[in-house]
Amino acid sequence: MKQKECVAMLLAGGQGTRLKSLTKQIAKPAVYFGGKYRIIDFPLSNCTNSGIDTVGVLTQYEPLILNDYIGIGSSWDLDRKFGGVSVLPPYMQADGGDWYKGTANAIYRNIKFLNQYEPEHVLILSGDHIYKMDYEEMLDYHKTTEADATISVLEVPWADASRFGIMNTNESGRIVDFDEKPAYPLNNLASMGVYIFKWDVLKQYLIEDEQDPNSSHDFGKDIIPAFLNDQKRMMAYTFKGYWKDVGTVDSLWEANMDLLSENPELNLNDYSWQIYSKNPNQPAQYIAPTAYVRNALINEGCRIHGTVDTSVIFYGVHMEDSALVKDSVIMPNVKIGKNVKIYRSLIAEGSVIEDNTVIGNPEPDSDITLHAEEGSVMATNYAVTN
Amino acid sequence: MDRIAGIINLDHEQDLLDELTYFRCGAAVPFGGRYRMIDFAISNMANSRIESIAVFARRKYRSLMDHLEQGKAWDLDRRSGGLFILPPDWNDPTDISRGDLQHFHNNMDFINRARADYILVSGSQNICNINFQDVLEEHKATNADVTVIYKDVDELYPEHRLAHKLSIDEQNRVLDIHNDQKNTKVYMDMYLVEKNYMNELIEASIAHGHSHFFLEGIKGRLQEMNVHAYEYKGTHALVNSIESYFRNSRKLLDREEHDGLFKEDSPILTKVKNEAPAKYLQDSDVKNTLVANGCLIHGHVEDSILFRGVKIGKGAVVKNSIIMQRCEVEDNAVLENVIIDKDCKITGGRTFIGAPEKPYVLAKRKSM
Repeated sequence: MKQKECVAMLLAGGQGTRLKSLTKQIAKPAVYFGGKYRIIDFPLSNCTNSGIDTVGVLTQYEPLILNDYIGIGSSWDLDRKFGGVSVLPPYMQADGGDWYKGTANAIYRNIKFLNQYEPEHVLILSGDHIYKMDYEEMLDYHKTTEADATISVLEVPWADASRFGIMNTNESGRIVDFDEKPAYPLNNLASMGVYIFKWDVLKQYLIEDEQDPNSSHDFGKDIIPAFLNDQKRMMAYTFKGYWKDVGTVDSLWEANMDLLSENPELNLNDYSWQIYSKNPNQPAQYIAPTAYVRNALINEGCRIHGTVDTSVIFYGVHMEDSALVKDSVIMPNVKIGKNVKIYRSLIAEGSVIEDNTVIGNPEPDSDITLHAEEGSVMATNYAVTN
Repeated sequence: MDRIAGIINLDHEQDLLDELTYFRCGAAVPFGGRYRMIDFAISNMANSRIESIAVFARRKYRSLMDHLEQGKAWDLDRRSGGLFILPPDWNDPTDISRGDLQHFHNNMDFINRARADYILVSGSQNICNINFQDVLEEHKATNADVTVIYKDVDELYPEHRLAHKLSIDEQNRVLDIHNDQKNTKVYMDMYLVEKNYMNELIEASIAHGHSHFFLEGIKGRLQEMNVHAYEYKGTHALVNSIESYFRNSRKLLDREEHDGLFKEDSPILTKVKNEAPAKYLQDSDVKNTLVANGCLIHGHVEDSILFRGVKIGKGAVVKNSIIMQRCEVEDNAVLENVIIDKDCKITGGRTFIGAPEKPYVLAKRKSM
């Protein structure tokens, strides 16, 4: 009988309201990053590179672009006969239908999908983090420690610890306590939102959680506390390397800028751990005699006649003479007219910037400007609703 | 709609690009920063709704097959039709065909099975962006037996000397195909013919003991048939020598030439590589250059073409040069008027300067 040792479930339904108008029409995992990628390329490529060939992608919010982008998974080599990538939206059943109520509920409602593969372990991922991680190593750790659940953690700066789910562990790495966004964190081991569960154990908890009317059906708020309560064996797996939650305009901008250092922590040119993505077929980029480019990432299909300084430019961007882009991220197919000045901004896909426009604030440490169809706004001008 | 099937005939094409064709056929030579020569012929066919394409390969086709795969990049990985790479292996003791006719004869199955009424045959050395449906329309309107495609060039360059030229009358009927060095109507090595008629022509050519289908089967019988000339008016380059390769590559740095070849509504497609965007470091200085993804540039580059994954070290200077995939130009090296094939390494501080009209060419995988 065929079965899979480990199946990944990628939670990609989030709206990502903190990304403002960038996610008005697309789900957060489909947001652009790094000159050619979308955020979801990172967990999907990690799966392929880790030898995990069966991935369920749970979608919900504005799924059109995400569905289209994932397709049959061929961009990530996930077009397999048995397994591969499956897009899993909420669906109707005999007793009615409903949206996914929380992360745990989303997995609960795809028990049938998982049962097809009879997996021993289930890897839960979220679609809004930028990192390169070998899930196979984590799975090995999970198996050798005979854990019921393993949670990937990383050391965050102490000052930031209260923004994360913090794991308190004993000497052997076993999780003894879990604080969701504690005011006074006891340590700085933050959960990365990457979990591996023994499937038969998790399934039981999901079924019980579903019947609990008081539950919010969430991994962080309900399932993990229930595991702790029952003294299930939960291990913390320490990840070392670059990891970034790109859930806000600022962090998305920052993560893009991180790529520009001479030896970035996140190396996109590492042939042993490639990040795959759907490649638009575009001619090589043209850097004109009038152009001046330094400290930048530029993708194919661009035509640069102006000055690019410390910026990330996606494919199909046309930039005219005497335009300047500094400390900014320009998403695909943006047209930048003559004499335009863009500072510390994110410019959304397809924007047309007329001649002589000035966007953003050149002052160091000033707020990042987001320019989308509705016009430009400062990142902080939006109320944080998430 | 009338269907066309395509044949890319590389059988008679010689490997004239010196070092660049030591290890590969001309059709597989990298061009324009991220393409191979054959991408233009295949993309033109795919954009003209030609869904069945055969490639007649004869020699050094390893890298060609690696590049084409199952035709996925051109959407040619189809259940019916698609891309067929046909090398010349065939052992039929009764087969009397010779030359490229052998290829046509031995692959009659492809021609007969293709769901098409017309066959478009093309080589790989004429770089252009052409719609073959337009050619078919004119072919039908003029009741032609065969339609050949030509470019009326503004200026004759050495590469045109090797090409055939057309003499045509006012109705664009071909009177003669020859090698007149002053004629500017350059035959683009592309012709369209009705499938059944092509079958007859192939049979007749073999019966007459011919060996080259176009030269003997069509050019040799101009008087007997109605051969129509279709004029292609777009961007064109004929690449059949290092000199023409170098000059025509750099023509792509001209905006008009570039736009004439790379159009949004008929894109040139190629095998996808997963390269990160090109990275320009703090001290980079790049001007008038085509840059493909995966490049890491510290140094100074001007009037050049960098293919995918090229590294240009600190203080290095690259001028008027073509650097192919994954080459490494180390710190303070100086290159001018050179073509460097894939996977080469220029060690720090070295200088290579070729003549502007005759570039210095470095073969694949050399370390200097």
